[in-house]
Amino acid sequence: MAKAVAVTGNQAVAEALRQIDPDVCAAYPITPSTEIMQRFAAFVADGDVNTILVTVESEHSAMSACIGAAAAGGRVVTATSSQGLALMWEMLYIASGMRFPILMALVNRALSAPINIHGDHSDGMGARDAGWIQLYSENAQEAYDNTIQALRIAEHMDIRLPIMTCMDGFIISHSIERMEYLKDEEVKDFIGEYKALNPLLDIDNPKTIGALVLPDYFMEHKKAQADAMGKVKAVVLDVAERFGKLSGRSYGLFEDYRLGDADITLVIMGSAAGTAKDVIDDLRNRGIKAGLLKPRLFRPFPYEEIADALKGVKAICVMDRADSSGGYGPLFMEISSALIHIKERPVMINKVYGLGGRDFLPEHAETVLNELAEIANTGKAKTFKEYITVRE
Amino acid sequence: MKPKGWKDLTPGGGVILEAGNADEYNTGSWRAFRPEWKEENCIQCLFCWVFCPDSAVITKDGKMTGFDYKHCKGCGVCAYECPGKKGQKAIVMVEEGK
Repeated sequence: MAKAVAVTGNQAVAEALRQIDPDVCAAYPITPSTEIMQRFAAFVADGDVNTILVTVESEHSAMSACIGAAAAGGRVVTATSSQGLALMWEMLYIASGMRFPILMALVNRALSAPINIHGDHSDGMGARDAGWIQLYSENAQEAYDNTIQALRIAEHMDIRLPIMTCMDGFIISHSIERMEYLKDEEVKDFIGEYKALNPLLDIDNPKTIGALVLPDYFMEHKKAQADAMGKVKAVVLDVAERFGKLSGRSYGLFEDYRLGDADITLVIMGSAAGTAKDVIDDLRNRGIKAGLLKPRLFRPFPYEEIADALKGVKAICVMDRADSSGGYGPLFMEISSALIHIKERPVMINKVYGLGGRDFLPEHAETVLNELAEIANTGKAKTFKEYITVRE
Repeated sequence: MKPKGWKDLTPGGGVILEAGNADEYNTGSWRAFRPEWKEENCIQCLFCWVFCPDSAVITKDGKMTGFDYKHCKGCGVCAYECPGKKGQKAIVMVEEGK
C-alpha cells in the first residue's frame, strides 16, 4: 500500500532523493529550489543517506563538483533554479558532452532582470540546447515520479546523458498537495545499482577524460552524443511502463487530454496544464470539442508522436511560459516544427503567459479557447503571437 | 591509420582508455624553431630537463644527452633557462629549414 502524504513539491523531490541515496550531491542553495537541499542536507546530517554532500561557493562549482564526482564513478544529483542554472551554463555542456548521467532537480524560475523569484520556464528553456534530457512536471506527484524515473533513463547504457526534472517554482515547489510515496525498497529496486562507465577511481586502469578533440574527430563525438539523444524516447517509454506497473500511474512522452476528436487544442506545459484541464472539461460539457496536449519530455522533443497526436485538430494555441525575445516562444517553435510535415496543418497561435509567476487562471484559459473556437470557424488568426494577462 | 567513425568511439564522452598514448602524437611537427645542443658549453645543470614542458630533453645516467625532436614543440624555454658556460649558451634555437 502506497503512503499518501500532503507535502510541497520540494519536499516530495527531497524525499525522492533520500530514497535514491546518491553517492554524491553538490549544490548551492537558490530560491525556490532551496528547500530541496535544505531537507536533503538534514537527511545527510541525520545519517538517513550515505551521500557525500559537497557544499560549494557557487552553482558553477556545484556542477563542476558533480562532473568530477560522476567522472570518479559516482551516482550524482543536484538541484537549482534560475540564476543558478544560468551560472552553471558552461558546465552543463561539459556534463552532457562527457556523457555523465547526472540528475538535476530544476525548480523553474524567471531569469533576472528585473529580478524575480517566481516560476516561469525561462531557465529550463535557456538550457534546452545543452544536451540534457528534460522532463517537465504538472504537480508534486509528477515531480516525485519523474525524479525516480529520471535516473533509469539517464543511466541506461545506450543513453548516459544528464537529465533535468523540472517543476514550476512556488506553484508546485511550495504548494502542499496530496500525493503518494513509494516504499524505500521499491525505489531502491526500481533504480537498481549504479553502474559506472570507465570511472576514474578504477585506478588499475588509468585513463584520460576531457581530452582535446580537434576538427578531425569533433563531429564524430557530437554525432555519437546526438545518437544517444535519439534513443531517449524509447527508454523513457520503457521506464514509464515499468514505473506504471510499480506505482499504478501512467506516463508517456506527453499527456493527451480529451484530444481524440478535438477541434481546438491547447498545448501547455507544467502546472498551468492542470488549470487548463478544468476549463477543457467545462467546454466539453457545453459540447465544444476542446482538448489539451501537455509535453512531458521536452528534450529530446517527440516531434513525430506529437504531430500524430495533433493531426486533425483545426486550431491550436501553444502556451509558452517563457519567451524567446524576438522569436516565437520556445514551445511554439517545437510544435510548429513537429507539424511542418503534416499536409493539412491546423491554424496555430502562440500566447506567452505566466512570466515571473504571473497567475494563470481558468478564465485566461477560457479566453484563449474561445479565440481558438472562432479561429476554427473562420480558419483565420488575428495575431500569431501575443502576451496575455498583461496590462496595457 | 584510418580515422574511426562515430560508432567506433569508446562509449562515454571522449574517454581515452589507453594510458600514456600522448607519446604517439608527433607534436614535434608543430616546431618553427629547433633547439640545438652545444655539448661543449653544457655544465649538466639539467635546468632544460626541469623546465621542458614536453619531457623532450633526453637524459641518460642523470646527464643531458639531446632532444626528443618527435615531441619538442620548439618553445625555447630550455634555451632561455640555459646558463651555459662563460657566457656561451649550451642550447640555441635555430629556425627550422635553415
